[in-house]
Amino acid sequence: MTHSYLIAGFGGQGLLFAGKFLVNKGMMEGKEVSWLPSYGPEMRGGTANCSVIISDDPVGSPIVDHPNILMVMNLPSLDKYENAVQKGGMIVVDSSLIERKVVRDDVKAIYVPATQMADDNGLKGLANMILAGRILKELGEFNDEQVEAALKKVVSVKHPDMYDFNLTALKLGAAYEG
Amino acid sequence: MSEKVLMKGNEALAEAAIQAGCRHYFGYPITPQTEVAAYMAKRMPKIGGTFLQAESEIADINMVYGVASTGYRVMTSSSSPGISLKSEGLSYMAGADLPALVVNVQRGGPGLGGIQPSQSDYFQATKGGGHGDYHMIVLAPSSVQEMADLTIKGFDLADKYRMTSMILADGTIGQMMEPVSITAPEKKEYDKSWTVTGTKMQRKHNIINSLFLDPDELERSNFARYEKYAKIEAEEAMAENYLMDDAEICVVAFGIAARVAKNAITEARRQGIKVGLVRPITLWPFPVNDLKAAAEKCHTFLSVELSMGQMIYDIRMATDCRRPVELCNRAGGIIPSPEEVYAKIIDIAKKGGNL
Repeated sequence: MTHSYLIAGFGGQGLLFAGKFLVNKGMMEGKEVSWLPSYGPEMRGGTANCSVIISDDPVGSPIVDHPNILMVMNLPSLDKYENAVQKGGMIVVDSSLIERKVVRDDVKAIYVPATQMADDNGLKGLANMILAGRILKELGEFNDEQVEAALKKVVSVKHPDMYDFNLTALKLGAAYEG
Repeated sequence: MSEKVLMKGNEALAEAAIQAGCRHYFGYPITPQTEVAAYMAKRMPKIGGTFLQAESEIADINMVYGVASTGYRVMTSSSSPGISLKSEGLSYMAGADLPALVVNVQRGGPGLGGIQPSQSDYFQATKGGGHGDYHMIVLAPSSVQEMADLTIKGFDLADKYRMTSMILADGTIGQMMEPVSITAPEKKEYDKSWTVTGTKMQRKHNIINSLFLDPDELERSNFARYEKYAKIEAEEAMAENYLMDDAEICVVAFGIAARVAKNAITEARRQGIKVGLVRPITLWPFPVNDLKAAAEKCHTFLSVELSMGQMIYDIRMATDCRRPVELCNRAGGIIPSPEEVYAKIIDIAKKGGNL
């Protein structure tokens, strides 16, 4: 089985970080993995994205053109990538930031008001992890032990308090029904 | 650090250089290889090494020349436009037979071009770049693990043959993260009797120089160098042969292009098409024997490149133009998609060919 993630939105929304968390979790579970950021000026405020592959087989190209999981945090990214998603795939939308619905009916659309949820719970800036938690739940891959271990790998040792915030965000996402 | 960790290609390369004993790094920032310099800036002071951001690429390559003259392991890294600036120094280092590692994480050109991945410095890396008759050993990593492994290999080959090794990567391989394990290589001893490290009044002094005004002497040095090159061509070429056993179509690609090609080949194999991949790991020396062997059984070759088609000429030469060589390419920072490569393979399979 292969999960091909495309995580897209604005620079600064923590897209690359969410990808790093997912890819660390995949590696710790013994999967073949790759992580590829868009790089350059778009990282400083424009649109940014990150390709993540987690697979049972060796990873060929690390570039995800046709994701089976699209996580989007702005409208331009949904407009750009909706049609690229594999049939039967999943689109997870931050519905606080994107008003429109997914048009396609051959993919599973999941709407999470992640930015609003983050603000309401004192987790400003962690909508990314709320969405990641929701995705893992949907995939049946939200297992506390591995989530915590992977998170420890990616949170800077200089900011140990961020570990708790991130974990809370992931759990909040996983618990969100909708 | 034998445990697998997730690292960017650029970081893995930098760490591997340190593990290989490199304690001198001179560079100048440029996207998409800046992580190499950033990593060195962080690590070198902690391990008694030197990190220096020079005032320009021309300055940094001459600092490399200086350290290389003392026999210590030294490196610089850049991306395409920066390598053009270093090229005068690379020619001088070739003329003085100096070992060093030079890294090019390529971006689209010519000129300042763009910052997205490219392979359009193939000619520059494999055919010269600077002036005069010379080669560098050119290694083309296709994964983060190879960014590390080939860096270590590059230092060893440089010392073994007293010449410059180049890592020819691209923006994708530099920026992506994959699991990698980096272990300090076994320490090997190399002849360093030629270095300038002070005579202590005990021996005749050594001279490191690329100026030979006597044509006979200059000619002799060129011939001697090409004898060394012939030995390297005979002994050091490396390639990966992927699904080549029964292949009738041979895709040739290196670096990121090889990974895209593998996706396309997997899909084509599902459709019953007998297609394989020869992935050059050394671009100079070019893995001529692997291609000659492929020409025995494959009716058509397909070169997949992030350039207007540069390696394609080496494929034609390696196979003595016995088979048609087609091209699937994108340029300017765009990577061919697996679908584009697949379509080209299907095209070739439909046309068929004679053996």
